[in-house]
Amino acid sequence: MSVVAIHGVTKTFPKGNVTALQEIDLEIEPGEFVSLIGPSGCGKSTLLRVIGDLIQPSAGSVDVNGKAAHQARLDHDYGIVFQDSVLFDWRTVAKNIALPLEMLDWNRAKRKDRVEEMMRLVELQGFGDHHPWQLSGGMQMRVAIARALAFEPPLLLMDEPFGALDEMTRERLNIELLGIWRRMESTVVFVTHSISEAVFLSTRVVVMSPRPGRIAGVVDIDLPQPRTVDTREDPHFFELVTAVRELLRGVGADEHGSVPAEETA
Amino acid sequence: MNVAARARDWVPAIIVFCAGIALWQLSIEIFNIQKFLLPKPWAIVHACWTQRHTLWSAGWLTLKEALGGFAIGSSAGMLFAAVLARFRRLGSALMPIAIAANAIPIIAFSPIFNAWFDPLSPAPRMATAAVLCFFPVLVNTLRGLTSVRPAQIEVMRSYAAGEVAIFRRVRVPTALPFVFSALKVATVLAMIGAIVSDYFGTFGSLGITIKNSVALFDFETAWAAILVASILGVLMYIAVSLAERFALQWDPTRQERGTA
Repeated sequence: MSVVAIHGVTKTFPKGNVTALQEIDLEIEPGEFVSLIGPSGCGKSTLLRVIGDLIQPSAGSVDVNGKAAHQARLDHDYGIVFQDSVLFDWRTVAKNIALPLEMLDWNRAKRKDRVEEMMRLVELQGFGDHHPWQLSGGMQMRVAIARALAFEPPLLLMDEPFGALDEMTRERLNIELLGIWRRMESTVVFVTHSISEAVFLSTRVVVMSPRPGRIAGVVDIDLPQPRTVDTREDPHFFELVTAVRELLRGVGADEHGSVPAEETA
Repeated sequence: MNVAARARDWVPAIIVFCAGIALWQLSIEIFNIQKFLLPKPWAIVHACWTQRHTLWSAGWLTLKEALGGFAIGSSAGMLFAAVLARFRRLGSALMPIAIAANAIPIIAFSPIFNAWFDPLSPAPRMATAAVLCFFPVLVNTLRGLTSVRPAQIEVMRSYAAGEVAIFRRVRVPTALPFVFSALKVATVLAMIGAIVSDYFGTFGSLGITIKNSVALFDFETAWAAILVASILGVLMYIAVSLAERFALQWDPTRQERGTA
């Protein structure tokens, strides 16, 4: 059974009569790491929100774990991480991570144990009593990831989580994220602007084209697991990066395949 | 920051304050200013002592009026804001009216409240203070409750959180800094409301003490009553500030940043 099954999803925004998504079909199998990449306005963030039932599609259906996306959201079937870590300033790091557990009515002791475990996972031991603004951007993003994974959702949705970070932090967190993905045996849908990040992380890269948002092509990433720093120097890595870049060039993206601002509306 | 450093921060303010008092005393001597224009600071302090029984009971009466009005007006403002935040359409219908009402000089209604309520009870003065507090608290609380970042709502919805959980865990904490700013303004307004209403004849109040002392050319006592009113106003303001400091310990804009 697919973790995510998208059939004929179209999304139009009445304002300006924009077709953000047109006839999207996509199946994501358990354990996959799928990246959505494309220029600004290709609807990749919209597609992620449709999967998460945060936006309703105008037509078509989305099933998550064999049920409607709405039911999957109510069942806590996914965790989500946004570009900006979206932590709550008035909560400490530990309480931010505990928030979804509170919503699941876990008791205090159980919450405490899980928070400890998650802080170990993202290597933030000892920072539980800090407030988010006392941490660096990379650490804040690790808190956001820990929070999204705290209740062990089978699906992790990530909307350009490392977009605002510097290159070094980003590459380190890429490797950490892959480690977490392997240990948790979860499925990840990952939105990014970066071709090399998409190729490095993914088992499959979905290239999207803008106006209207459509799937322009899919590149299977058959690089060996686990990926390491050496993966980025593998000749096959460059071939795959080129393949994705060619597809993006076909859809009218600029030389780097990336445009800084992505509408999320 | 340690206590000594904190005390050092206050030194300039204290020096300016003392210099101001000295200048006041000195200008009266030099320019021979009549006491009905401005009494000497020392004479005011002296009046505070000789009139202490009157001032104490008058201050207590007026403080009760101000505190009562503050409590009623601010709670009503917060409650209304919560309702308007929940029912947005109602909010957008009532907000322009509330903002317009905020511009009305509510103090002008004070004599009317004397007709509406028993003028011998503190009710009319409390009503004036309450109405004065109501609008700024309502407008600011509503702004706070509705200035939540959309992404924070999305995070909560991804946890299948309902409106109540979002209200409690996101809207209220976001609104708190706005609410406290409004409450600080409201303490000042409550005191103004109580004193000005007192002028219309509240037996034994601070306002009437000021008015009657002036009528009797006892300017030292009038100034002493003004001093008491000022101290009470400052105390109310400080009380709210302390509550704010306690409630908003997490707020990054309120403290020195210590990066981990």
